[in-house]
Amino acid sequence: MTIPISMPQKPAITIDDLSIQYNTTTVLDSVSCDIPVGQWVSIVGPSGCGKSTLLRCVAGLANPTTGMVQLGCKQPAFVFQDPTLLPWRTVADNIQLPLELEEQSSENRSERVLKVAQLVGLEAADIDKYPRELSGGMRMRVSIARALVMNPNALLLDEPFAALDEILRQQLNQELLHIWQTQQMTVLFVTHNVSEAIYLSQRVLVLDANGTICGDVAIDLPADRVPAIRDTPLFLEKTAAVTRILQEGL
Amino acid sequence: MKTKLSLSVVIYPIAFLLLLLTLWQTADWLWEIPRILLPSPGEIISVSIKRVDDLLSATLITAQAALSGFALALLLGTTLGLLFSVSKIARRGVYPYMIFLQTVPIVAIAPLIIIWFGGGMASIVVIVTVISLFPIVTNVTTGLRSVDTGLLDLMTLYRAAPYQVLLKVRLPNAIPYLVTGAKISSGLTIVGAVIGEYMAGHGIDEQGLGYYIFMSSQNFQTEVLFASIFLSSLLGVTMVTTVTVISQTLLARWTFQLER
Repeated sequence: MTIPISMPQKPAITIDDLSIQYNTTTVLDSVSCDIPVGQWVSIVGPSGCGKSTLLRCVAGLANPTTGMVQLGCKQPAFVFQDPTLLPWRTVADNIQLPLELEEQSSENRSERVLKVAQLVGLEAADIDKYPRELSGGMRMRVSIARALVMNPNALLLDEPFAALDEILRQQLNQELLHIWQTQQMTVLFVTHNVSEAIYLSQRVLVLDANGTICGDVAIDLPADRVPAIRDTPLFLEKTAAVTRILQEGL
Repeated sequence: MKTKLSLSVVIYPIAFLLLLLTLWQTADWLWEIPRILLPSPGEIISVSIKRVDDLLSATLITAQAALSGFALALLLGTTLGLLFSVSKIARRGVYPYMIFLQTVPIVAIAPLIIIWFGGGMASIVVIVTVISLFPIVTNVTTGLRSVDTGLLDLMTLYRAAPYQVLLKVRLPNAIPYLVTGAKISSGLTIVGAVIGEYMAGHGIDEQGLGYYIFMSSQNFQTEVLFASIFLSSLLGVTMVTTVTVISQTLLARWTFQLER
Protein backbone atom coordinates (compact mmCIF):
# COMPACT_ATOMS: atom_id res chain seq x y z
CA MET A 1 0.00 0.00 0.00
CA THR A 2 1.31 3.32 -1.03
CA ILE A 3 1.34 5.92 1.64
CA PRO A 4 0.13 9.22 0.22
CA ILE A 5 2.66 11.93 0.65
CA SER A 6 1.99 15.65 0.26
CA MET A 7 3.75 16.76 -2.90
CA PRO A 8 5.29 20.24 -2.85
CA GLN A 9 3.18 22.70 -4.83
CA LYS A 10 4.42 23.59 -8.32
CA PRO A 11 6.06 27.06 -8.30
CA ALA A 12 3.97 29.90 -9.69
CA ILE A 13 6.94 31.02 -11.80
CA THR A 14 10.02 29.00 -12.75
CA ILE A 15 12.92 30.83 -14.38
CA ASP A 16 15.35 28.30 -15.81
CA ASP A 17 18.88 29.25 -16.94
CA LEU A 18 17.58 32.36 -18.63
CA SER A 19 19.96 34.57 -20.61
CA ILE A 20 19.33 37.56 -22.82
CA GLN A 21 21.83 39.06 -25.20
CA TYR A 22 21.36 42.08 -27.44
CA ASN A 23 24.09 41.94 -30.10
CA THR A 24 27.24 41.58 -28.00
CA THR A 25 25.73 42.89 -24.77
CA THR A 26 24.65 40.38 -22.14
CA VAL A 27 21.66 41.74 -20.24
CA LEU A 28 20.82 38.63 -18.19
CA ASP A 29 23.20 35.74 -17.64
CA SER A 30 21.98 32.26 -16.62
CA VAL A 31 19.28 33.40 -14.22
CA SER A 32 17.47 30.55 -12.47
CA CYS A 33 14.96 30.71 -9.63
CA ASP A 34 11.58 29.45 -8.51
CA ILE A 35 8.88 31.76 -7.23
CA PRO A 36 6.56 29.72 -5.00
CA VAL A 37 2.81 30.25 -5.08
CA GLY A 38 1.67 33.08 -2.85
CA GLN A 39 5.14 34.45 -2.15
CA TRP A 40 6.16 38.09 -2.52
CA VAL A 41 9.61 38.17 -4.09
CA SER A 42 11.47 41.38 -4.82
CA ILE A 43 14.31 41.84 -7.30
CA VAL A 44 16.86 44.54 -6.56
CA GLY A 45 20.00 45.50 -8.40
CA PRO A 46 21.94 48.41 -9.84
CA SER A 47 20.48 50.45 -12.72
CA GLY A 48 20.71 48.63 -16.04
CA CYS A 49 21.35 45.19 -14.52
CA GLY A 50 18.31 43.68 -16.27
CA LYS A 51 15.68 43.71 -13.48
CA SER A 52 12.93 45.04 -15.73
CA THR A 53 14.05 42.84 -18.63
CA LEU A 54 13.70 39.78 -16.39
CA LEU A 55 10.19 40.85 -15.46
CA ARG A 56 9.32 41.48 -19.11
CA CYS A 57 10.59 37.99 -19.93
CA VAL A 58 8.29 36.49 -17.30
CA ALA A 59 5.39 38.48 -18.77
CA GLY A 60 6.21 37.33 -22.30
CA LEU A 61 7.10 40.84 -23.45
CA ALA A 62 10.74 39.93 -24.12
CA ASN A 63 12.18 36.76 -25.56
CA PRO A 64 15.11 35.01 -23.87
CA THR A 65 18.16 34.17 -25.96
CA THR A 66 18.51 30.92 -24.06
CA GLY A 67 16.65 29.35 -21.14
CA MET A 68 12.96 29.57 -20.41
CA VAL A 69 10.19 30.79 -18.13
CA GLN A 70 7.47 28.40 -17.01
CA LEU A 71 4.26 29.61 -15.47
CA GLY A 72 2.44 27.48 -12.95
CA CYS A 73 -0.41 29.97 -12.89
CA LYS A 74 -2.51 31.79 -15.47
CA GLN A 75 -1.03 34.77 -17.32
CA PRO A 76 0.26 37.17 -14.64
CA ALA A 77 -0.88 40.78 -14.60
CA PHE A 78 1.73 43.49 -15.09
CA VAL A 79 2.03 46.95 -13.58
CA PHE A 80 4.45 49.18 -15.49
CA GLN A 81 6.69 51.89 -14.10
CA ASP A 82 4.42 54.45 -15.80
CA PRO A 83 0.69 54.02 -15.29
CA THR A 84 0.29 53.49 -19.11
CA LEU A 85 -3.31 54.63 -19.11
CA LEU A 86 -5.21 55.46 -22.27
CA PRO A 87 -5.63 59.24 -21.91
CA TRP A 88 -8.86 59.37 -23.92
CA ARG A 89 -10.58 56.85 -21.65
CA THR A 90 -12.11 57.48 -18.27
CA VAL A 91 -10.84 55.70 -15.17
CA ALA A 92 -13.61 53.10 -15.45
CA ASP A 93 -12.91 52.52 -19.14
CA ASN A 94 -9.21 52.14 -18.45
CA ILE A 95 -9.79 49.61 -15.69
CA GLN A 96 -12.16 47.53 -17.78
CA LEU A 97 -9.90 47.42 -20.85
CA PRO A 98 -8.66 43.83 -20.23
CA LEU A 99 -12.27 42.66 -19.78
CA GLU A 100 -13.27 44.43 -22.99
CA LEU A 101 -10.46 42.69 -24.86
CA GLU A 102 -11.85 39.39 -23.58
CA GLU A 103 -15.27 40.56 -24.78
CA GLN A 104 -16.92 40.07 -21.40
CA SER A 105 -20.45 41.38 -20.90
CA SER A 106 -20.81 45.02 -19.90
CA GLU A 107 -22.75 44.05 -16.76
CA ASN A 108 -19.93 41.83 -15.54
CA ARG A 109 -17.39 44.52 -16.46
CA SER A 110 -19.10 47.26 -14.46
CA GLU A 111 -19.36 45.03 -11.42
CA ARG A 112 -15.67 44.05 -11.54
CA VAL A 113 -14.55 47.65 -12.15
CA LEU A 114 -16.36 48.91 -9.07
CA LYS A 115 -14.98 46.09 -6.96
CA VAL A 116 -11.30 46.60 -7.88
CA ALA A 117 -11.61 50.38 -7.84
CA GLN A 118 -12.76 50.11 -4.24
CA LEU A 119 -9.96 47.65 -3.48
CA VAL A 120 -7.25 50.09 -4.60
CA GLY A 121 -8.81 53.04 -2.79
CA LEU A 122 -10.46 54.84 -5.71
CA GLU A 123 -13.65 56.68 -4.86
CA ALA A 124 -16.87 56.49 -6.86
CA ALA A 125 -16.38 60.12 -7.94
CA ASP A 126 -13.05 59.24 -9.55
CA ILE A 127 -14.49 56.58 -11.83
CA ASP A 128 -15.69 59.00 -14.50
CA LYS A 129 -12.60 61.19 -14.46
CA TYR A 130 -9.93 61.19 -17.14
CA PRO A 131 -6.32 60.28 -16.23
CA ARG A 132 -5.24 63.92 -16.71
CA GLU A 133 -7.56 64.91 -13.88
CA LEU A 134 -5.81 62.59 -11.41
CA SER A 135 -2.62 62.89 -9.37
CA GLY A 136 0.35 60.58 -10.02
CA GLY A 137 -0.62 58.36 -7.09
CA MET A 138 -4.22 58.06 -8.25
CA ARG A 139 -3.11 57.20 -11.76
CA MET A 140 -0.95 54.41 -10.36
CA ARG A 141 -3.94 53.16 -8.37
CA VAL A 142 -5.91 52.97 -11.64
CA SER A 143 -3.06 51.04 -13.21
CA ILE A 144 -3.05 48.56 -10.32
CA ALA A 145 -6.85 48.26 -10.50
CA ARG A 146 -6.58 47.45 -14.21
CA ALA A 147 -4.05 44.73 -13.39
CA LEU A 148 -6.34 43.27 -10.72
CA VAL A 149 -9.54 43.38 -12.75
CA MET A 150 -8.78 40.03 -14.40
CA ASN A 151 -8.47 38.44 -10.97
CA PRO A 152 -4.89 37.29 -11.59
CA ASN A 153 -3.08 34.93 -9.25
CA ALA A 154 0.31 36.46 -10.02
CA LEU A 155 1.28 40.11 -10.24
CA LEU A 156 4.44 41.52 -11.83
CA LEU A 157 5.32 45.01 -10.61
CA ASP A 158 8.03 46.99 -12.40
CA GLU A 159 9.04 49.82 -10.06
CA PRO A 160 5.49 51.12 -9.95
CA PHE A 161 6.19 53.72 -7.28
CA ALA A 162 9.51 55.04 -8.59
CA ALA A 163 8.03 58.39 -9.60
CA LEU A 164 6.09 58.99 -6.36
CA ASP A 165 7.12 60.86 -3.25
CA GLU A 166 8.17 58.90 -0.17
CA ILE A 167 4.99 59.37 1.87
CA LEU A 168 2.71 58.34 -0.98
CA ARG A 169 5.05 55.50 -1.80
CA GLN A 170 4.80 54.11 1.74
CA GLN A 171 1.04 54.51 1.72
CA LEU A 172 0.72 52.62 -1.55
CA ASN A 173 3.13 49.96 -0.29
CA GLN A 174 0.82 49.38 2.64
CA GLU A 175 -2.24 49.19 0.39
CA LEU A 176 -0.48 46.81 -1.97
CA LEU A 177 0.48 44.57 0.94
CA HIS A 178 -3.15 44.51 2.03
CA ILE A 179 -4.24 43.55 -1.50
CA TRP A 180 -1.59 40.81 -1.64
CA GLN A 181 -2.74 39.38 1.65
CA THR A 182 -6.44 39.47 0.80
CA GLN A 183 -6.10 38.26 -2.80
CA GLN A 184 -3.43 35.63 -2.00
CA MET A 185 -1.38 36.35 -5.06
CA THR A 186 2.19 35.60 -6.06
CA VAL A 187 4.09 38.86 -6.53
CA LEU A 188 7.32 39.54 -8.37
CA PHE A 189 8.37 43.08 -7.59
CA VAL A 190 11.21 45.03 -9.17
CA THR A 191 12.62 47.98 -7.27
CA HIS A 192 15.92 49.76 -6.72
CA ASN A 193 14.88 50.66 -3.18
CA VAL A 194 16.35 48.08 -0.76
CA SER A 195 14.29 49.23 2.22
CA GLU A 196 11.06 48.95 0.19
CA ALA A 197 12.02 45.50 -1.05
CA ILE A 198 12.67 44.21 2.47
CA TYR A 199 9.55 45.78 3.92
CA LEU A 200 7.28 44.20 1.30
CA SER A 201 8.88 40.85 0.58
CA GLN A 202 9.38 37.40 1.95
CA ARG A 203 12.44 37.01 -0.21
CA VAL A 204 14.81 39.38 -2.03
CA LEU A 205 16.79 38.39 -5.11
CA VAL A 206 19.84 40.53 -5.85
CA LEU A 207 21.06 40.94 -9.43
CA ASP A 208 24.64 42.08 -10.02
CA ALA A 209 25.83 44.44 -12.73
CA ASN A 210 26.36 41.46 -15.11
CA GLY A 211 22.75 40.33 -14.86
CA THR A 212 23.41 37.32 -12.65
CA ILE A 213 21.66 36.50 -9.38
CA CYS A 214 24.31 37.13 -6.75
CA GLY A 215 22.12 36.95 -3.66
CA ASP A 216 18.90 35.30 -2.50
CA VAL A 217 17.95 36.62 0.92
CA ALA A 218 15.01 35.25 2.93
CA ILE A 219 13.18 38.03 4.77
CA ASP A 220 11.88 36.36 7.90
CA LEU A 221 10.20 39.43 9.34
CA PRO A 222 6.79 39.09 11.03
CA ALA A 223 3.97 38.59 8.52
CA ASP A 224 2.12 41.63 9.80
CA ARG A 225 4.13 44.47 8.24
CA VAL A 226 3.60 47.81 9.93
CA PRO A 227 5.78 50.92 9.40
CA ALA A 228 7.35 50.50 12.86
CA ILE A 229 9.01 47.32 11.62
CA ARG A 230 11.47 49.47 9.71
CA ASP A 231 13.13 50.44 13.01
CA THR A 232 13.64 46.90 14.30
CA PRO A 233 17.16 45.40 14.47
CA LEU A 234 16.14 42.51 12.20
CA PHE A 235 14.95 44.91 9.49
CA LEU A 236 18.17 46.92 9.71
CA GLU A 237 20.22 43.72 9.64
CA LYS A 238 18.44 42.51 6.48
CA THR A 239 18.89 45.94 4.87
CA ALA A 240 22.60 45.84 5.64
CA ALA A 241 22.89 42.29 4.27
CA VAL A 242 21.15 43.09 0.95
CA THR A 243 23.09 46.36 0.59
CA ARG A 244 26.37 44.51 1.14
CA ILE A 245 25.52 41.95 -1.58
CA LEU A 246 24.52 44.79 -3.90
CA GLN A 247 27.83 46.59 -3.33
CA GLU A 248 29.80 43.39 -3.90
CA GLY A 249 27.92 42.85 -7.17
CA LEU A 250 28.74 46.25 -8.64
CA MET B 1 -9.15 86.40 -16.94
CA LYS B 2 -10.09 83.93 -19.67
CA THR B 3 -12.96 86.18 -20.87
CA LYS B 4 -10.59 89.14 -20.99
CA LEU B 5 -8.17 87.13 -23.09
CA SER B 6 -10.94 85.92 -25.43
CA LEU B 7 -12.20 89.49 -25.93
CA SER B 8 -8.72 90.78 -26.67
CA VAL B 9 -8.36 88.10 -29.34
CA VAL B 10 -11.42 89.54 -31.11
CA ILE B 11 -11.18 93.25 -30.26
CA TYR B 12 -7.59 93.94 -31.41
CA PRO B 13 -7.95 92.51 -34.93
CA ILE B 14 -11.31 94.31 -35.41
CA ALA B 15 -9.81 97.59 -34.20
CA PHE B 16 -6.88 97.16 -36.58
CA LEU B 17 -9.23 96.38 -39.49
CA LEU B 18 -11.34 99.49 -38.80
CA LEU B 19 -8.19 101.61 -38.67
CA LEU B 20 -6.97 100.17 -41.98
CA LEU B 21 -10.35 100.72 -43.68
CA THR B 22 -10.48 104.33 -42.40
CA LEU B 23 -6.97 105.05 -43.70
CA TRP B 24 -7.83 103.39 -47.02
CA GLN B 25 -11.07 105.39 -47.44
CA THR B 26 -9.27 108.63 -46.43
CA ALA B 27 -6.47 107.95 -48.92
CA ASP B 28 -9.10 107.50 -51.65
CA TRP B 29 -10.71 110.85 -50.81
CA LEU B 30 -7.38 112.65 -50.61
CA TRP B 31 -5.68 111.29 -53.73
CA GLU B 32 -8.66 110.10 -55.82
CA ILE B 33 -7.05 106.77 -56.64
CA PRO B 34 -8.54 105.28 -59.87
CA ARG B 35 -11.17 102.63 -59.12
CA ILE B 36 -9.48 100.22 -61.52
CA LEU B 37 -6.31 100.27 -59.38
CA LEU B 38 -7.72 100.47 -55.88
CA PRO B 39 -11.44 101.00 -55.28
CA SER B 40 -12.35 102.46 -51.90
CA PRO B 41 -13.95 100.27 -49.21
CA GLY B 42 -17.21 102.16 -49.78
CA GLU B 43 -17.17 101.34 -53.51
CA ILE B 44 -16.42 97.68 -52.84
CA ILE B 45 -19.29 97.47 -50.36
CA SER B 46 -21.63 99.27 -52.73
CA VAL B 47 -20.87 96.94 -55.68
CA SER B 48 -21.03 93.91 -53.39
CA ILE B 49 -24.52 94.91 -52.23
CA LYS B 50 -25.64 95.30 -55.83
CA ARG B 51 -24.32 91.83 -56.73
CA VAL B 52 -25.04 90.16 -53.43
CA ASP B 53 -27.03 87.29 -54.97
CA ASP B 54 -24.28 86.40 -57.47
CA LEU B 55 -21.53 86.63 -54.86
CA LEU B 56 -23.39 84.59 -52.25
CA SER B 57 -24.25 81.94 -54.82
CA ALA B 58 -20.58 81.82 -55.91
CA THR B 59 -19.48 81.52 -52.27
CA LEU B 60 -21.83 78.58 -51.72
CA ILE B 61 -20.59 76.83 -54.86
CA THR B 62 -16.95 77.28 -53.79
CA ALA B 63 -17.84 76.04 -50.30
CA GLN B 64 -19.56 73.00 -51.80
CA ALA B 65 -16.49 72.16 -53.92
CA ALA B 66 -14.16 72.71 -50.97
CA LEU B 67 -16.24 70.55 -48.62
CA SER B 68 -16.61 67.73 -51.16
CA GLY B 69 -12.87 67.70 -51.86
CA PHE B 70 -12.11 67.92 -48.15
CA ALA B 71 -14.39 64.97 -47.35
CA LEU B 72 -12.70 62.94 -50.09
CA ALA B 73 -9.25 63.95 -48.79
CA LEU B 74 -10.23 62.90 -45.25
CA LEU B 75 -11.49 59.54 -46.47
CA LEU B 76 -8.60 58.86 -48.83
CA GLY B 77 -5.99 60.31 -46.45
CA THR B 78 -7.14 58.20 -43.51
CA THR B 79 -7.25 55.07 -45.70
CA LEU B 80 -3.74 55.72 -47.04
CA GLY B 81 -2.52 56.51 -43.51
CA LEU B 82 -3.91 53.16 -42.34
CA LEU B 83 -2.23 51.40 -45.24
CA PHE B 84 1.11 53.12 -44.58
CA SER B 85 0.92 52.32 -40.88
CA VAL B 86 0.43 48.58 -41.43
CA SER B 87 2.51 48.00 -44.55
CA LYS B 88 6.17 48.94 -44.66
CA ILE B 89 6.22 48.04 -48.37
CA ALA B 90 3.36 50.44 -49.12
CA ARG B 91 4.95 53.16 -46.99
CA ARG B 92 8.34 52.85 -48.62
CA GLY B 93 6.94 52.34 -52.12
CA VAL B 94 4.19 54.93 -52.30
CA TYR B 95 5.12 57.59 -49.73
CA PRO B 96 7.98 59.13 -51.79
CA TYR B 97 5.46 59.77 -54.59
CA MET B 98 3.14 61.47 -52.12
CA ILE B 99 5.99 63.86 -51.31
CA PHE B 100 6.65 64.27 -55.04
CA LEU B 101 2.98 65.11 -55.61
CA GLN B 102 3.13 67.63 -52.80
CA THR B 103 6.16 69.42 -54.26
CA VAL B 104 4.62 69.88 -57.73
CA PRO B 105 2.69 73.20 -57.84
CA ILE B 106 -1.04 72.59 -58.01
CA VAL B 107 -1.35 74.99 -61.01
CA ALA B 108 0.97 72.63 -62.91
CA ILE B 109 -1.13 69.54 -62.12
CA ALA B 110 -4.52 71.24 -62.55
CA PRO B 111 -4.50 71.20 -66.40
CA LEU B 112 -3.82 67.47 -66.35
CA ILE B 113 -6.72 66.92 -63.95
CA ILE B 114 -8.97 69.02 -66.21
CA ILE B 115 -7.94 66.90 -69.22
CA TRP B 116 -8.78 63.72 -67.31
CA PHE B 117 -11.94 64.81 -65.53
CA GLY B 118 -13.23 67.51 -67.88
CA GLY B 119 -14.09 71.13 -67.05
CA GLY B 120 -16.49 71.61 -64.17
CA MET B 121 -17.21 70.48 -60.63
CA ALA B 122 -15.54 67.03 -60.88
CA SER B 123 -12.15 68.52 -61.75
CA ILE B 124 -12.47 71.21 -59.09
CA VAL B 125 -13.23 68.61 -56.40
CA VAL B 126 -10.26 66.49 -57.52
CA ILE B 127 -7.96 69.54 -57.39
CA VAL B 128 -9.19 70.28 -53.84
CA THR B 129 -8.58 66.65 -52.85
CA VAL B 130 -5.07 66.62 -54.30
CA ILE B 131 -4.05 69.87 -52.59
CA SER B 132 -5.46 68.88 -49.19
CA LEU B 133 -4.51 65.20 -49.12
CA PHE B 134 -0.86 65.32 -48.07
CA PRO B 135 -1.18 66.90 -44.57
CA ILE B 136 -3.88 64.36 -43.70
CA VAL B 137 -1.89 61.34 -44.92
CA THR B 138 1.32 62.37 -43.14
CA ASN B 139 -0.40 63.23 -39.88
CA VAL B 140 -2.62 60.13 -39.77
CA THR B 141 0.36 57.90 -40.58
CA THR B 142 2.38 59.52 -37.79
CA GLY B 143 -0.52 59.23 -35.34
CA LEU B 144 -1.09 55.55 -36.07
CA ARG B 145 2.60 54.73 -35.78
CA SER B 146 3.69 56.90 -32.85
CA VAL B 147 1.84 54.99 -30.15
CA ASP B 148 3.43 54.82 -26.69
CA THR B 149 5.27 51.48 -26.58
CA GLY B 150 3.93 50.93 -23.06
CA LEU B 151 0.39 50.89 -24.44
CA LEU B 152 1.38 48.40 -27.12
CA ASP B 153 3.04 46.22 -24.45
CA LEU B 154 -0.18 46.39 -22.50
CA MET B 155 -2.16 45.17 -25.50
CA THR B 156 0.39 42.37 -26.04
CA LEU B 157 0.03 41.34 -22.39
CA TYR B 158 -3.71 41.01 -22.77
CA ARG B 159 -3.28 39.18 -26.08
CA ALA B 160 -5.27 41.78 -28.00
CA ALA B 161 -6.03 40.93 -31.62
CA PRO B 162 -4.56 43.29 -34.25
CA TYR B 163 -8.02 44.77 -34.92
CA GLN B 164 -8.41 45.48 -31.17
CA VAL B 165 -5.03 47.25 -31.10
CA LEU B 166 -6.14 49.33 -34.08
CA LEU B 167 -9.56 50.22 -32.69
CA LYS B 168 -8.65 50.73 -29.05
CA VAL B 169 -5.18 52.25 -29.27
CA ARG B 170 -3.91 53.23 -32.71
CA LEU B 171 -6.99 54.98 -34.11
CA PRO B 172 -7.78 56.97 -30.93
CA ASN B 173 -4.11 57.92 -30.74
CA ALA B 174 -4.24 59.17 -34.35
CA ILE B 175 -7.26 61.46 -33.83
CA PRO B 176 -5.29 64.52 -32.58
CA TYR B 177 -2.90 64.05 -35.50
CA LEU B 178 -5.82 63.78 -37.92
CA VAL B 179 -7.23 67.02 -36.51
CA THR B 180 -3.88 68.78 -36.95
CA GLY B 181 -3.72 67.57 -40.56
CA ALA B 182 -7.36 68.52 -41.14
CA LYS B 183 -6.73 72.05 -39.83
CA ILE B 184 -3.91 72.57 -42.34
CA SER B 185 -5.91 70.95 -45.14
CA SER B 186 -9.12 72.86 -44.42
CA GLY B 187 -7.37 76.13 -45.26
CA LEU B 188 -5.86 74.61 -48.39
CA THR B 189 -9.26 73.43 -49.65
CA ILE B 190 -10.32 76.99 -50.48
CA VAL B 191 -7.02 77.59 -52.30
CA GLY B 192 -7.69 74.40 -54.30
CA ALA B 193 -11.32 75.29 -55.00
CA VAL B 194 -10.47 78.82 -56.18
CA ILE B 195 -7.62 77.56 -58.41
CA GLY B 196 -9.90 74.82 -59.76
CA GLU B 197 -12.70 77.27 -60.54
CA TYR B 198 -10.22 79.74 -62.00
CA MET B 199 -8.99 77.09 -64.44
CA ALA B 200 -11.95 74.73 -64.86
CA GLY B 201 -14.96 76.70 -63.72
CA HIS B 202 -15.89 78.04 -67.15
CA GLY B 203 -18.75 76.86 -69.28
CA ILE B 204 -20.74 75.41 -66.39
CA ASP B 205 -24.09 76.58 -65.08
CA GLU B 206 -23.01 77.69 -61.64
CA GLN B 207 -19.77 79.58 -61.13
CA GLY B 208 -17.78 79.83 -57.93
CA LEU B 209 -15.53 82.53 -56.51
CA GLY B 210 -12.52 81.40 -58.57
CA TYR B 211 -14.47 82.08 -61.74
CA TYR B 212 -15.48 85.52 -60.44
CA ILE B 213 -11.84 86.28 -59.62
CA PHE B 214 -10.87 85.26 -63.16
CA MET B 215 -13.66 87.22 -64.90
CA SER B 216 -13.40 90.35 -62.76
CA SER B 217 -9.63 90.56 -63.34
CA GLN B 218 -10.18 90.11 -67.10
CA ASN B 219 -12.87 92.84 -67.14
CA PHE B 220 -11.08 95.16 -64.67
CA GLN B 221 -14.00 94.93 -62.21
CA THR B 222 -11.64 95.49 -59.30
CA GLU B 223 -14.49 95.91 -56.76
CA VAL B 224 -15.81 92.41 -57.58
CA LEU B 225 -12.24 91.09 -57.45
CA PHE B 226 -11.78 92.52 -53.93
CA ALA B 227 -15.18 91.17 -52.81
CA SER B 228 -14.34 87.70 -54.18
CA ILE B 229 -10.93 87.69 -52.48
CA PHE B 230 -12.55 88.74 -49.19
CA LEU B 231 -15.22 86.03 -49.45
CA SER B 232 -12.59 83.39 -50.29
CA SER B 233 -10.62 84.37 -47.18
CA LEU B 234 -13.78 84.31 -45.11
CA LEU B 235 -14.53 80.80 -46.39
CA GLY B 236 -11.02 79.67 -45.49
CA VAL B 237 -11.32 81.07 -41.97
CA THR B 238 -14.75 79.44 -41.60
CA MET B 239 -13.35 76.07 -42.67
CA VAL B 240 -10.43 76.23 -40.20
CA THR B 241 -12.72 77.48 -37.41
CA THR B 242 -15.24 74.70 -38.04
CA VAL B 243 -12.52 72.03 -37.80
CA THR B 244 -11.22 73.67 -34.60
CA VAL B 245 -14.69 73.78 -33.04
CA ILE B 246 -15.37 70.12 -33.92
CA SER B 247 -11.98 69.24 -32.45
CA GLN B 248 -12.73 71.07 -29.20
CA THR B 249 -16.26 69.71 -28.78
CA LEU B 250 -17.07 66.38 -30.45
CA LEU B 251 -13.47 65.15 -30.39
CA ALA B 252 -12.42 66.79 -27.11
CA ARG B 253 -11.69 63.54 -25.25
CA TRP B 254 -9.02 62.67 -27.83
CA THR B 255 -7.70 66.14 -28.65
CA PHE B 256 -7.41 67.69 -25.19
CA GLN B 257 -3.61 67.93 -25.45
CA LEU B 258 -3.72 70.03 -28.62
CA GLU B 259 -2.97 73.71 -28.13
CA ARG B 260 -6.18 75.71 -27.75
